[in-house]
Amino acid sequence: MQRLGHVHGPCCRNFERGGGRSGMSAAGDQVLTAEHVLEYPYSRSVGPVIGAFLTGLRDGRLLGCTGSGGRVIVPPTEYDPETAESTGELVEVGPEGTVTAWAWVGRPAPQHPLDRPVAWGLVKPDGADTALLHVLDTGSPDTVSTGMRVRPDFLPEGERVGRIGDIRAFVPAGPAGRGGVG
Amino acid sequence: MPAAPAPRQGRRPVAVVSFAQAPNVRRDTAHNEVELLLPVIGEVLGNLGITKDDIGFICSGSTDYLIGGPFSFVAALDAVGVWPPKSESHVEMDAAWALYEAWVRLQEGDVDTALVYGFGKSSMGDLGKILALQLDPYVMAPLWPDPVSLAALQARALLDHGLATERDFAEVAARSRRSALDNPKAQVAYDRSADDLLGEDYVVAPLRRHALPPLTDGAAAVMLAAGDRAFELCERPAWITGIDHRVETHALGARDLTSSPSTAKAAEVAGVSAGPVEVVELHAPFAPQELVLCRALGLPVDPTGAGSTSVNPSGGPLAANALMAGGLIRIGEAAARIIDGRVSRVVAHATSGPVLQQNLVAVLEGA
Amino acid sequence: MADRPGSDQVTTLDTPIRLDYHFSAGAAATPYLRGLAEGKFVGQRCPVCRKVYIPPRGSCPTDGVATEGAEVLADKGTVTTYCVVNVPFAGQSIEIPYICAQVLLDGADISFMSLIQEIPADQVRMGLRVEAVWVPPEERGPTLASVEYFRPNGEPDADYDSYKAYL
Repeated sequence: MQRLGHVHGPCCRNFERGGGRSGMSAAGDQVLTAEHVLEYPYSRSVGPVIGAFLTGLRDGRLLGCTGSGGRVIVPPTEYDPETAESTGELVEVGPEGTVTAWAWVGRPAPQHPLDRPVAWGLVKPDGADTALLHVLDTGSPDTVSTGMRVRPDFLPEGERVGRIGDIRAFVPAGPAGRGGVG
Repeated sequence: MPAAPAPRQGRRPVAVVSFAQAPNVRRDTAHNEVELLLPVIGEVLGNLGITKDDIGFICSGSTDYLIGGPFSFVAALDAVGVWPPKSESHVEMDAAWALYEAWVRLQEGDVDTALVYGFGKSSMGDLGKILALQLDPYVMAPLWPDPVSLAALQARALLDHGLATERDFAEVAARSRRSALDNPKAQVAYDRSADDLLGEDYVVAPLRRHALPPLTDGAAAVMLAAGDRAFELCERPAWITGIDHRVETHALGARDLTSSPSTAKAAEVAGVSAGPVEVVELHAPFAPQELVLCRALGLPVDPTGAGSTSVNPSGGPLAANALMAGGLIRIGEAAARIIDGRVSRVVAHATSGPVLQQNLVAVLEGA
Repeated sequence: MADRPGSDQVTTLDTPIRLDYHFSAGAAATPYLRGLAEGKFVGQRCPVCRKVYIPPRGSCPTDGVATEGAEVLADKGTVTTYCVVNVPFAGQSIEIPYICAQVLLDGADISFMSLIQEIPADQVRMGLRVEAVWVPPEERGPTLASVEYFRPNGEPDADYDSYKAYL
């Protein structure tokens, strides 16, 4: 956040010569404004449970974990979100699942996973008791519904690195769907 | 001196004795956060004829992510003037939670007054990205789901479970903006029918433009006072007779988005059902959330507002949605109606986090 | 794939974040920044305690009231305290060792951080009188980058009592 320094002044440009002139601009007596960018290039330690889930994605599989009372939580957590008890073993779920809620985005933002109209969806994979958030690539709002069957469309094997984006999107299950586990 | 009603929580009765808020506007480039707060702090103290030297404790709510600058909450203290050194704290949550901390602080008994304020300028950054950062950072935030989309998932769940209709959303929006016509601080106010609103396009289906809150630059402040000090400062203090806040899991897919068990629990602890609710101010930024919250609070679910409880007479967050201040404004708006003698028992609600993840409920009563 | 299960498990996740802001300097800082573009230091005064703040943030942090006016200050002042930077760091563009000092402009009631040049690092001292070296007028803008650095101005050192309240 140091770049604010050249606006407020406590550390002057002398300490950040590479930054060049401030972008401050204004017309007439208007208050000065400036474009300003913050970047957080985090690399996170994921721990054993999320790590196993991400590893599963890299391998083209969906993993959950057993929580209190035997329910299966996806994505897996280290502690049951309701009881705070440690969760148990990892179990493979899906890959097919059921849409429990969806929202149609006609104009995705640049940071969204797909650059064309898409649905956000909560998907409960077969064998799981909770849902996973992702996008549903169905082409049109007329072809998405609560209760519809979907499956993950994984990126090809060589492109998967262990992140949620290894699933390109969920797509309608069955012969109509495209792609598959690469 | 009249007696304060006995509080359900705490050892010491605490009341809201003053409330002030900045005009809620789409974009206030003319002022930095300190300049935005200065007149608000001045008004909340001026209402009582006191100065900063009469403040026993200060607590604020804000987030530096909105401004994109470090320690903006520390800089904001310049609007109060914290010299000689003051007892002060801050929460990275809506300022309603700062009010909760101040309420707890006043229970200690060594100070009798507390200043609570919150501020947020939504105009400086991209809320669609900024608010994604409050989500799980491993499996949710990397997809950048925006708050409108998450609220739309909740709305869809309500529709599919038969708990609401799209007309209900429009009725909530129409009623809220109509109420806002009487609120000089409101940002979005109009008199349009639900039929008219249903003609709007979807932003993220099933949410149309009217079901979304405005982007707002704003700030608000509340003065709390305990015991006899409240009566000294205010003829009719709004006593906080019940207050509680609860949280739900961070795992969105593990929640039932059609209900709000955290609100229901907080309402139970705060004693919402122990008397009539004349006014309820709900921090429901998206129209469908009002229906979820009314159910959780045990209030009639009537989007047109025909029931005996007046829902969001200020217009609510659909009329002005200053992030980090909106929940405190609900408490302030509810309390103001007791202070001015219009009503005797009100409920205020505040939310924080994605899709009603954390909820605070307060019951306020006149003596 | 590795032989032992789990030995190639994912342990880290890169989550790059970029946030774009449209920053507003506010009412008080705007004249200050415009002043820098004209080679002037412009502060504001508290109507209660009469202190002059630069850069002004709109409020007196002691009294909690709006600061007022446009106080044009001299572009010279006193080093109240300083440190010698010997540690290289990423993005550093100034040759070490260099001096990072708090400079109290004449007429101001608050010091701000600046770079001191044109003097060997081991000769900088508290009370040193310095003046601003501005970049050429055509390169100035509404930014503290309009000040290249501060350098000794040849005046006798300031008496300690004159700045001890600002340490």
